[in-house]
Amino acid sequence: MKSDRIAAIVGVAESDLGKTPGKNVLQLQAQAAKLALEDAGLTKNDIDAVFTAGNWAWAPNLMLAEYLGIQPKYTDSTNIGGSSFEAHVGHAVAGIKAGLFEVALITYGSTNKTNPSNSMFKSPLTAQYELPYGLPTPVGAYALAAMRHMHQFGTTSEQLAEIAVATRKWAALNEKAYMREPIAIEDVLNSRKIADPLHLLDCCLVTDGGGAVIVASSNVASKLNKKPVWILGHGESHSHNTIANMPDLTVTSAVESGKRAFEMAGISHDEIDVAEIYDSFTITVLLTLEALGFCKPGEGGAFVSGQRTAPGGDFPMNTNGGGLSYCHPGMYGIFLLIEAVRQLRGECSSRQVENAKLALVHGTGGVLSSTSTVILGGD
Amino acid sequence: MIKDLVQSAIDEESKPYWDGLKNEKLFIQYCDDCQQYIFYPRTICPHCFSEKIRWQESCGNGKIYSYTVVHQAFGPFKSEAPFVVGIIELDEGVRMMSRILGDKDQIAIDQEVSVVFQEVENDLVLPYFQVKEL
Repeated sequence: MKSDRIAAIVGVAESDLGKTPGKNVLQLQAQAAKLALEDAGLTKNDIDAVFTAGNWAWAPNLMLAEYLGIQPKYTDSTNIGGSSFEAHVGHAVAGIKAGLFEVALITYGSTNKTNPSNSMFKSPLTAQYELPYGLPTPVGAYALAAMRHMHQFGTTSEQLAEIAVATRKWAALNEKAYMREPIAIEDVLNSRKIADPLHLLDCCLVTDGGGAVIVASSNVASKLNKKPVWILGHGESHSHNTIANMPDLTVTSAVESGKRAFEMAGISHDEIDVAEIYDSFTITVLLTLEALGFCKPGEGGAFVSGQRTAPGGDFPMNTNGGGLSYCHPGMYGIFLLIEAVRQLRGECSSRQVENAKLALVHGTGGVLSSTSTVILGGD
Repeated sequence: MIKDLVQSAIDEESKPYWDGLKNEKLFIQYCDDCQQYIFYPRTICPHCFSEKIRWQESCGNGKIYSYTVVHQAFGPFKSEAPFVVGIIELDEGVRMMSRILGDKDQIAIDQEVSVVFQEVENDLVLPYFQVKEL
């Protein structure tokens, strides 16, 4: 392992999840931020950098920091969709390495389930060439990718369903998961079609929810009670905005973000103990596994077959139940980080992956548009 | 109203494209410097950053790069479902999203298609693509 131990994640927390009527996006983020600070053993006054993303404000950082009573000396509202928070982690490491700040708060909150109007954003500028055809966003775009993958490689709906079934098994072990009833491959295939070849159970949930992650310099991290979770590598990239402009519908920019994250961490794929991979749809996971290099292009279907990613399988993935079964408030990426940290700290009780020392966290945003990969290591 | 979805975005950069459709012409762009086609319309070439870009009428032929049958649609499209949306790769090499018309059994990736001009609302003409007879 060659990565310098510049910064670590020292605190994580979710807000209330699922349906949170009566709570707005700021309340959820404040709740998560307070809990994450408690988890870290830090106070609000220790925060000197603020990172957030969302479509809930003209300038989300300004609104959030004012609400929390924080005057940061560094601020970043990079918004590349659901992978924003993995990018924020990378940016926080860079800022800490540059000596610009010591403790960063990263938050997200959304009320997509009970009050979607405060999570929506409309800007048709370059979308004018796509909007009038009625493709439902984002599911339709992912369906186009799935169809192409099936055409090119013979991937089947059963193979996609394997991912949903395995993820639900993890959700059954997580009391915070929204959907915990077991499902079988037939249930996925028999669920209503949304956009061919994707069924309802190939799609993530729509929930409310917020999350917070505290990143601190090695100096701060080494003084805290809990063991730091080191940020060993990170990489980000984006390849397009509108789906018709994706260079290859079966290859995401995880090829680039993953490569850089692995190089920075100085580890190999077989050293990863647990993977938290953005699962907005089953096809998202399949394409990501290939792009990250866990298997060859076209072999994702075979890779996830036989419940390999389920509890007890040899590739533990999305151990909190994922966006498919645990929660998905629109931009899911922060929850991947929270789960990876808990796994590396050994805090996951019945769903704990034994001896988890290295975790890969991978966010995807937009319509397979942006990717950001983070590799974390326990102390 | 489908037109409401795009109207606010139409500006000097995209107007020739939309005006072309009203005259049953599918305009794409061509860069005289790097000699590559461009879609969607831009004033700078995304391949070489040249501004020597001109409008050119597409042959209107292409093939299906991917497609999906939409079963659950939203807004003004809700009542139309199921319908087929695809990404068409024009013979010039550029890709664009569109609707695909024709016998559902004949819709497949790599299937050849040609443009048809569909007035979907008063004063809004869209390029749809029709599967060519096998």
